[in-house]
Amino acid sequence: MAISPRYTREIPHRYRLEAQQFECGAVTLPNRYICPDNCCKKSKKITLKGKGKILTYTIIYIASDQYTRATPFAVAVIETEEGARLTAQVVDCNFDDLKIGAKVELIFRKIMEEGASGIINYGYKAILV
Amino acid sequence: MVGIVGYGAYVPAFRIKASTIADQWGDDIVAIERGLLMKEKTVPGKDEDTITISVAAAKNAVKRAGIDPQKIGAVYIGSESHPYAVKPSGTVLVDALGIGPNVHVADFEFACKAGSEAMFVAYSHVKSGNMDYAMGIGSDTSQGAPGDALEYSASAGGAAFIFGKDNVIAEVLHTYSYTSDTADFWRREYQHYPRHGGRFTGEPAYFKHILGCGKTLLEKSKMKASDFAYAVFHMPNGKFPLKAGEILGFKKEQMEQGWLVNIMGNTYSGSSPTGLTAILDVIKPGEKVFMVSFGSGAGSDGFIFKATPRITQVQNKAPKTRDMLNGKKIYLDYGKYAAFRRKIKFLE
Repeated sequence: MAISPRYTREIPHRYRLEAQQFECGAVTLPNRYICPDNCCKKSKKITLKGKGKILTYTIIYIASDQYTRATPFAVAVIETEEGARLTAQVVDCNFDDLKIGAKVELIFRKIMEEGASGIINYGYKAILV
Repeated sequence: MVGIVGYGAYVPAFRIKASTIADQWGDDIVAIERGLLMKEKTVPGKDEDTITISVAAAKNAVKRAGIDPQKIGAVYIGSESHPYAVKPSGTVLVDALGIGPNVHVADFEFACKAGSEAMFVAYSHVKSGNMDYAMGIGSDTSQGAPGDALEYSASAGGAAFIFGKDNVIAEVLHTYSYTSDTADFWRREYQHYPRHGGRFTGEPAYFKHILGCGKTLLEKSKMKASDFAYAVFHMPNGKFPLKAGEILGFKKEQMEQGWLVNIMGNTYSGSSPTGLTAILDVIKPGEKVFMVSFGSGAGSDGFIFKATPRITQVQNKAPKTRDMLNGKKIYLDYGKYAAFRRKIKFLE
């Protein structure tokens, strides 16, 4: 479970899709120390447009405690137009409409609540377009 | 010239039909539909709240305004369903849109008129020269107690308006507010559902304030109902706004475009603001809009807008309100609706 300081630190990528582009061209979200191919460490900040496609997906019926009220829900690995690969829930859809290759758009939604009295975590999810 | 430079709306994809609610409680759906003129309403997804709805509407407003979000000097969200009792909704929004940190942020609350209140203050900032741009938002995920008449109307949605001086799409010609202490509808701290005064919410509350505001706004502007292409009033149900408009001299044709309540429900702070967005989606340059909100407690804010030639350049830059309402719909049965709206007790 996230805690308030960590949540606050992650706001740039969770709220605004601020990613990094390494010298080799690889784009990653969230940020990391070294590129996925372990070839370079230098990167610049880019903001993702929030459009992409589903590479693969699954339906979660039994989730960890903080997501039990959200079940069943779809989770997909999404590749954005910039080439970043990220994991996100796909919401507001009938599961029958989910397809590998389907186009999605990233939107701003509530991710989870830290219990009845904790903070509310917001971030990106995806919808089919 | 000061006015709206960008606007946007958002409504969730989920719906519940009035007939589904009537079936649950054994109500007469024919009488309900005839009395309230309501067919269905929007329902927020499990992961949607006033903040996410405000963010979605505000992003559409920025798209239409075509401005750097950093130039927005104030953000006000009006709602009766802010997710936190203590912690602002607006701070999440400014970070999500890349506004600030040089920005003034506040959350407003005034039952169903908190949105127009936010618009009023945002407009006043720009008019006074305090800042170049300010954003006012009305957004809600309103609640009605199980079995209460409010369950047919309490829905979810919102609208955002960026006010500025340059590239105005709808000039603000006049404003007026009318307020008195009237206990027609309220929710005490720690209470999950609001309470209301039944019939007392009608003549002494809704109509007194809407008509009090509307009549003075017409007098002040030296205009008459026939001078306007469109009119929109707060929509707690289908009947009230049509009746209030008729008393003020407006014809049904002037009110139809902004009258969303039969397929959207009452989005509370987002009600008349969302209706205004549906009008701005189709309005032609030079046409005028008459808008009066209402918030229990009670008060009304009135605005007169005039579309500029620029309006046609921005209408297609973001999703249109009626397209969203008539687009993707996922219907819920009452059981799912009760779970979505946390009307049943879960293990915490």
